[in-house]
Amino acid sequence: MSVDMSQFYQTFFDESFEGLDIMESGLLGLDVGAADAETINTVFRAAHSIKGGSATFGFTVVAEFTHLMETLLDEMRDGTRMVTEESVDYLLKSVDCLKELLTAVQNKADYNEDFVTEVKVGLERLLHGDEASSKSEADKMAESTGDVEGWLIDFKPADYLLKTGNDPVRLINELSLLGKIETTCDTDRLPFFSALEPELIYLSWHIKLEGNVSKEQINEVFEWIDDDADITLSCLSGEPEKSDSSAGQDESAVATVTPVEEPEEPEEPLTEKPASESVPVASVVEEAKKPKADSKAAASKKPAKDQSSIRVSIDKVDELINLVGELVITQSMLSQLGETVTKETIEKLQDGLGQLERNTRELQESVMRIRMLPISFAFQRFPRMVRDLSNQLGKEIELRLLGEQTELDKTVMEKIGDPLVHLVRNSVDHGIETPEEREANGKPRKGTVELNAFHQGGNIVIEITDDGKGIDKDVIFAKAVEKGVINANESLTDEQIFDLIFAPGFSTAAVVSGVSGRGVGMDVVKRNIRELGGNIEVKSEQGKGSTIIIRLPLTLAILDGQLIRVGDDTYIIPLISIIESLQVEKSQINSIGGQAELYKLRDEYLPVVRLYETFGLKPDSTDLSDGLIVIVEGEGGQAGLFVDDLLGQQQVVIKSLETNFRPVEGISGATILGDGTVALILDITGLINLSRQSSERAA
Amino acid sequence: MNEAAATQSADIDLGLNIDVEADQYLTFIMADEEYGVDILRVQEIRGWEHVTPVPNTPKYIKGVINLRGTIVPLVDLRERFGVESIPYGPTTVVIVLKVIGEDSERIMGIVVDAVADVYNIEDGKIKPAPDFGSVVSIEYVRGLASINEQMLIVLDIDKLLSSDELQAMSNS
Amino acid sequence: MAKILAVDDSASMRQMVSFTLKGAGHDVKEACDGVEALRVAQANTFDLVLTDINMPNMDGVSLIKELRALPAYKFIPMLTLTTESGAEKKMEGKRAGATGWIVKPFSPDQLLATIKKVLG
Repeated sequence: MSVDMSQFYQTFFDESFEGLDIMESGLLGLDVGAADAETINTVFRAAHSIKGGSATFGFTVVAEFTHLMETLLDEMRDGTRMVTEESVDYLLKSVDCLKELLTAVQNKADYNEDFVTEVKVGLERLLHGDEASSKSEADKMAESTGDVEGWLIDFKPADYLLKTGNDPVRLINELSLLGKIETTCDTDRLPFFSALEPELIYLSWHIKLEGNVSKEQINEVFEWIDDDADITLSCLSGEPEKSDSSAGQDESAVATVTPVEEPEEPEEPLTEKPASESVPVASVVEEAKKPKADSKAAASKKPAKDQSSIRVSIDKVDELINLVGELVITQSMLSQLGETVTKETIEKLQDGLGQLERNTRELQESVMRIRMLPISFAFQRFPRMVRDLSNQLGKEIELRLLGEQTELDKTVMEKIGDPLVHLVRNSVDHGIETPEEREANGKPRKGTVELNAFHQGGNIVIEITDDGKGIDKDVIFAKAVEKGVINANESLTDEQIFDLIFAPGFSTAAVVSGVSGRGVGMDVVKRNIRELGGNIEVKSEQGKGSTIIIRLPLTLAILDGQLIRVGDDTYIIPLISIIESLQVEKSQINSIGGQAELYKLRDEYLPVVRLYETFGLKPDSTDLSDGLIVIVEGEGGQAGLFVDDLLGQQQVVIKSLETNFRPVEGISGATILGDGTVALILDITGLINLSRQSSERAA
Repeated sequence: MNEAAATQSADIDLGLNIDVEADQYLTFIMADEEYGVDILRVQEIRGWEHVTPVPNTPKYIKGVINLRGTIVPLVDLRERFGVESIPYGPTTVVIVLKVIGEDSERIMGIVVDAVADVYNIEDGKIKPAPDFGSVVSIEYVRGLASINEQMLIVLDIDKLLSSDELQAMSNS
Repeated sequence: MAKILAVDDSASMRQMVSFTLKGAGHDVKEACDGVEALRVAQANTFDLVLTDINMPNMDGVSLIKELRALPAYKFIPMLTLTTESGAEKKMEGKRAGATGWIVKPFSPDQLLATIKKVLG
């Protein structure tokens, strides 16, 4: 029977990558002076698992590599090896290497052979090359004796043999498969019936086995009970050889050997099929192609493990089930009540409805929480990253992670990963000064970068704080002028100056360092955060440090919205896009070329968007002073939306317009209001664009 | 019952109902013509109710409605084919259909004058249609069938409401 | 055919073992560590127990010891799944009462053959 193993690969990869993460955080957490045994054990177990799995599924290179790591860890675990900084570093490097190997295998791509060899050599050096022998099973097979006529076997099992789950009858049956046997049973040791203990064996056997059978084959049959029986073999032609001291040789038990390494065709009495059948297992999905060329292929392929599945804690699911149960009860109570409605039952009905509302709300929150994961998943890459970066830049940095258990939506977390990396890199690269600089300024040598996450209102707030040199306002200003982002004579508040760093193409690093200034830029960070419905703010004090504050909605599916009315139609503006709302002051309206209108708000002029015009609606009034202006902010800047009225604020569930329809410019989605009708959610950026286009057209 | 249905009834009485030869069609009236759509595509039939208009879309996209939590667009067939609009009344009906596109399935509704009946029509009984100048242009017509000596225009719903069409429609 | 309990903290190993044995007509139940295995073993009857050694919460050797103490499992064959670097582990397993062992990595065919040997 041939089993298609490839169906188990994905689980193996998922498990292994998780295992690698565990190894990495374990290794990072190891205190070299006083290594915690439990931590070492955990790291060891992870390596052991990966090794076992990769060997089983035929990923030999991975298995061999992991074996080295495992051996090293095993020695650390049982105390025969010291946990040193060097060995931990090497192990960390090995974890990286292994990640690359696994990714390459998973994607059937190439990997950087040089890197792998380098790390392997390093590991072997650490191990003093003592692991080489355990792999070459071939040596052990040297014991193979040649053809014999047959054997005489004296088999005297220990009396407790049955208690190990072994059965002499089975063993003798096995022998019978090797050749022709004749058995005589020796009952000498049988006591009187009254003294007989039913669970013990008092019998022994003399077995004559005829055939071309090797000693190895016989040893194999008795392999497991070596210590639990007296077994004497003599060739049918010659001298007896005791085989129970063969514990060492039995390592070569045929079940272990990966057939690929077998020099000759082994006789494998255990499997009734030729060994060649198992070869495909070992050679499958081998990273056979290992060109010396660059590792770009492997590096650029991101692991395709991006989930459409999610691990949920069982408690959350149970809670959900309970809530649904309660909902069902409430609902059936209501339908019963509904059958006979009288003045008296109305109050009960209302109570019931209130309860239903509560159930539904709680259910909704519960379901949302299922998609929530602690932010530690996003934070976990930073200790390693900061450690490596600070080493690379010759800085001393302590990373503090706070609020790791703060939960946020899985998708939001995945998308916030890259922006966070960029920001932390910035702090390390441009924020924290070198130890010498710091000392010269009366600061401690070690700089601190702190990541803090917490819930505030309906949002999650992530703060990245460093105690570095802060942002130099003048430098920013000058750069902005140089890049033509602003005019030299503009007067900006501190806040506005700091905001400039998010302008596209803006990079103040004198040298675009390989570390952070890849031109990817803060503008992309801001855009990513915007796309998630969040915002980003910078606070800084020169010489003291900077703090970047990111605010994100807890989930992508829910939005805090402001309902507005234009004529008979209700629309929703995401609260996060609203700056303020005000009554129109006619005097503040200026018009350009008779078409475009601008509203003067304090020192700035903002375009006015007459929503009814852009959307072709019928408003209460076209006179601006009859309605309200809502100042909103989008990608391209701010604008003033003219609406008839502001209705309430509420949390709305975002429904897609595109599922059954198509994207509409100016609209980001839809929601269902309490009365069951659909209200559209405005996309501020798109709306501002639309309005600009139409006024250009009109001009 | 019409002739086609009568011949099928034998199979149905046997409780087999797995007749591969005939399909069931829901028929409706629009501008005095009778049209049919494959019943397997019909998700439900609703009365006309409040619709939320979507800005910057063609007139025949009346807007979107809430169908048990899903946002579904409504297409007014009269307006789509340039027939004079009639005010919506008590017989005005929305047929919610499952539209199968290249790589997606959508739910959309069409607003029609009234729903007629459900008929069994054998595949062979649907004849290719000549371009006879019907309201609905020929590319959306699968063929013609005859029910009680009345002509039934069998529609290709997927073509009629495909996303390409929607895109094209919206750009006009 | 036989009722088998497969214990391993690696999901991919469990899946492979389960699939292979079920394919041969056996009835398989899984557990991810010694604690769960003990529970499942007591709630059911098995003809054979296959267990990994290195597992969290309760390792394979301890599991075998515990199982052997149960009357229902006094004579039931129990095999440990071990890697070749764990020679002492094999002996430890045996001392705890294991019937024998299967060395990892093993192919599905090897697994089936060994099972056959032990189930008779």
